[in-house]
Amino acid sequence: MLRIENIHKTFNPGTINEKMALDGVDLVLEDGEFVTVIGSNGAGKSTLLNAIAGVWLVDEGKIFIDDNDVTKLSEDKRAKYIGRVFQDPMMGTAADMWIEENLALAHRRGKRRGLANGIYPDERETFRHLLKEFDLGLEDRLSTKVGLLSGGQRQALTLIMATLQRPRLLLLDEHTAALDPKTAQKVLDVTDKIVRKSQLTTFMVTHNMKDAIIHGDRLLMLNNGKIILDIRGEEKKKLTVEKLLEMFEKASGEEFSNDAAILG
Amino acid sequence: MITIPNLISRIPGGIAQGIIWGIMALGIYITFRVLKESDLTVDGSFATGGATAVMLITSGVNPWIALLVAFVTGIFIGMITGLIHTKLKIPAILSGILVQFGLYSINLHIMGMVANVSCNPTKNKVLISMRNIPMAITVGVGFSIALIAIMYWYFGTEQGCAIRATGNNSHMALAQGINVNNMKVIGFALGNGLVAMAGGLMAQYQGFSDINMGRGAIVIGLAAIIIGEVLSEVIFPKGCSFYMRLFFVIVGGIVYYLIMIIVLWLRVDSNDLKLATAIIVMLALSIPNLRKGNN
Repeated sequence: MLRIENIHKTFNPGTINEKMALDGVDLVLEDGEFVTVIGSNGAGKSTLLNAIAGVWLVDEGKIFIDDNDVTKLSEDKRAKYIGRVFQDPMMGTAADMWIEENLALAHRRGKRRGLANGIYPDERETFRHLLKEFDLGLEDRLSTKVGLLSGGQRQALTLIMATLQRPRLLLLDEHTAALDPKTAQKVLDVTDKIVRKSQLTTFMVTHNMKDAIIHGDRLLMLNNGKIILDIRGEEKKKLTVEKLLEMFEKASGEEFSNDAAILG
Repeated sequence: MITIPNLISRIPGGIAQGIIWGIMALGIYITFRVLKESDLTVDGSFATGGATAVMLITSGVNPWIALLVAFVTGIFIGMITGLIHTKLKIPAILSGILVQFGLYSINLHIMGMVANVSCNPTKNKVLISMRNIPMAITVGVGFSIALIAIMYWYFGTEQGCAIRATGNNSHMALAQGINVNNMKVIGFALGNGLVAMAGGLMAQYQGFSDINMGRGAIVIGLAAIIIGEVLSEVIFPKGCSFYMRLFFVIVGGIVYYLIMIIVLWLRVDSNDLKLATAIIVMLALSIPNLRKGNN
């Protein structure tokens, strides 16, 4: 489904701020696999996600989605295959546009946008049913500006938008990090529901070890731009935070340096 | 003379001219409010529209076709600004300044290297003229209604929504597969198309095109937009629909020009008008920011 071959990325090469962010990452995701990605600050987890999304091009290596080489494709062209939710709840939606307009934009992801209507009445009905299903209290507010919603509501809406057109790959970039714990839990529940229902291949970056362990069926840990742990199957199911920390120290030879990840 | 009848006699002409500035402001609305970019190309493209229309009309071309050519020329100019901004990665404001600056030469060439070309309405067939103010207002209102209807439709289409999303949140637009660079180029093109068309109308109205007729167009356009927004907030405190907001841009153009007429009627030196307009627009633009700052 997703195949990454030996990708490298260095930011600000040749300057004092030079930072090798990805240092030879290989990864294959199977169809329908839900992988959680964890690592300390600056380990490269969001960088890896951005490399897949095409926010910039990698220096070396190849990225394939369904055997299509997307390595050189721009961000908007890759959106045909990819649904995305950002860490910042403000980033995934257009604040000055209505809920239904945001959904209609997402409904046309990867399609040519011509002079046909931006939204049709039957779409409106579809959106209403969909929103009702997630119990966000938004189904009767289709013509409300998204800017008036709470962070959690916006994040849940972004999630629905990302999956409205079934994506080949769903990328979640610490999408609950900016929310309060209760809202974060609710958004994670919506995430699980959507991913399971549509059997989506999902790549979820998180800073929270517990979430990384509870959710998904495979766990990756990054350190210094490399994947140092890849845990799946029965081993993943039996994982605990303590065990994960121990494995990290063994694999990297350092102590895990992110209290929020351990305590959160 | 500072007499009331004198003022009243100037008002109809002021309304007619204000409508044309309002039409120009509709073009600026596309870049400034929808795309959220400041496009300074308009000072040049307004004059290009005037030059193109007048040169065609004086050589016997039907004024409707002349206006259409002015519109298409404006589209082309906007595309150039858009491409300089998106392909050569030059900030939008600077791209606009470069194009506007270069257009001075091009506009002179269009006008046969003469700074001012007259377009006498008695000798040429024109759509709108200050010689017949009621007719001019009727034509202006007709254009305004048609343009507002077209813009209302267009910004509800898939492409129009994509342009709005681009201006609103380019991260979101990219993630939804919208080519934000293309949308910006289209937005700049349409904006300048309307501005050039308004230039074509203004040249016909005043009976000449002038190399400097676009000077300050961006500031007048912003003044119209902001005056319109303030008025719409007063009349519709709960917000209003998109076509009403466009309607208020035209109203803003009219009110702006009536204010200018009153100021001129008060015998203020017309050379001081630009400074006064600049200060008014600066204050109006700063109010929302100052409000935010206090919170």
